[in-house]
Amino acid sequence: MSDQPITEADLQAYVDGRLPEERYKAVEAWLATRPEESERIAAYRRLAHEVRSAYETMLSEPVPPRLAHAASRRGQWRRAAAVAGWIALGIAIGGPAGWHVRPERTVTQAVPDPAVFARRAAVAHATYSPEVRHPVEVGADDEQHLVNWLSKRLGVKVRAPKLDDAGMSLVGGRLLPGENGPVAQFMYQSQNGRRLTLYVRTEASRNRETAFRYARENNVGVFYWIDREVGYALASADLSREELLRLANLVYKQLES
Amino acid sequence: MDEATRLVELIPRLRRYARALVGDRATADDLVQDTLERAWAKLHLYRRGTDLRAWLFTVMHNVHVNRVRAARAVDSLDDEMPELAQRGTQSDGLLVRDLDRAISRLPADQRAVLLLVTLEEMSYEEVARTLGIPIGTVMSRLSRAREKLRAMMLGQPPAAKLKLVK
Repeated sequence: MSDQPITEADLQAYVDGRLPEERYKAVEAWLATRPEESERIAAYRRLAHEVRSAYETMLSEPVPPRLAHAASRRGQWRRAAAVAGWIALGIAIGGPAGWHVRPERTVTQAVPDPAVFARRAAVAHATYSPEVRHPVEVGADDEQHLVNWLSKRLGVKVRAPKLDDAGMSLVGGRLLPGENGPVAQFMYQSQNGRRLTLYVRTEASRNRETAFRYARENNVGVFYWIDREVGYALASADLSREELLRLANLVYKQLES
Repeated sequence: MDEATRLVELIPRLRRYARALVGDRATADDLVQDTLERAWAKLHLYRRGTDLRAWLFTVMHNVHVNRVRAARAVDSLDDEMPELAQRGTQSDGLLVRDLDRAISRLPADQRAVLLLVTLEEMSYEEVARTLGIPIGTVMSRLSRAREKLRAMMLGQPPAAKLKLVK
């Protein structure tokens, strides 16, 4: 009842209009004799109003398409986007070289996520490894900066493994868009110009670990695996499966967390 | 109405809360997108007939906590990197900018309580359920958040005035 002492919780509920009528009146009476408290509570009410009006416009803004897509039929959308991207790249770079896209398989069947991962790594490899002048965004001469930048953008510690002993030296790296956020790509090159890329992305479920898996997408071989919060895919169009596996083992050993 | 339709309807509210929580539009929309994707992946855990809004805000809270933790893990690498430019502030009004700055300086757990109560107008019980904390904690965080916000908007440290009274 109203003879109970007024608590701080009562005052907060008063600000939010969440008190029963009787209690509300008791608080009002209590405040009437306490100008400082009354001023404080009035300020809280004013601020609540200001906070509401400050962000009100967000409610009437059109929803960005990417969010609308994320909210509706997410699975179909993501598969469609993956297929569309793959077809576009197939036309852009694979077409003349005689790559075969098999949309009937990817459209009608839910592609397991790891397979999509390998394919994306293969596409990224096919896109950037032929580049002569701009294979990377940040070169190996600024490796510390490269690694810090990519770590910051991915939100996990990223390292470029040292593969010099295996005849592969770091060219540099770049940032790519991925399904779940930014993806890092490191590029390596041998003395005779054979190229290798390491594709690094963060994983949505952080507790998964997988064995090495191998996939071949068009002429790009990919070994890929997941180590807790990070997924790795090592891709090359220039190396045999055995050579690639040996390098994947080296990379895995160096990056094992 | 099915969950997908309701999910779409709730996007503006998720965006508003996210915008106030993280301080810029691009990061807020990233948070909303992650939340929607997580919500789809976890939809089987949602019990039909219960409050979808509260459930979604719980998902968003967890996603946000994980994102903040991940960002903090690489902060130590950040010595030579310039801070990301603050985006989206130019198009917002003066009041939003001042409030943004003040709200961003609140401790994260107090900020969440204040915004759920003020923007979402959730009851204290709903806030407690959404954040997974006792209702007493909701009340004390709310009280502290409001006092800090007031002090910042007045440009003085919290409770300084009370201490000066002799």
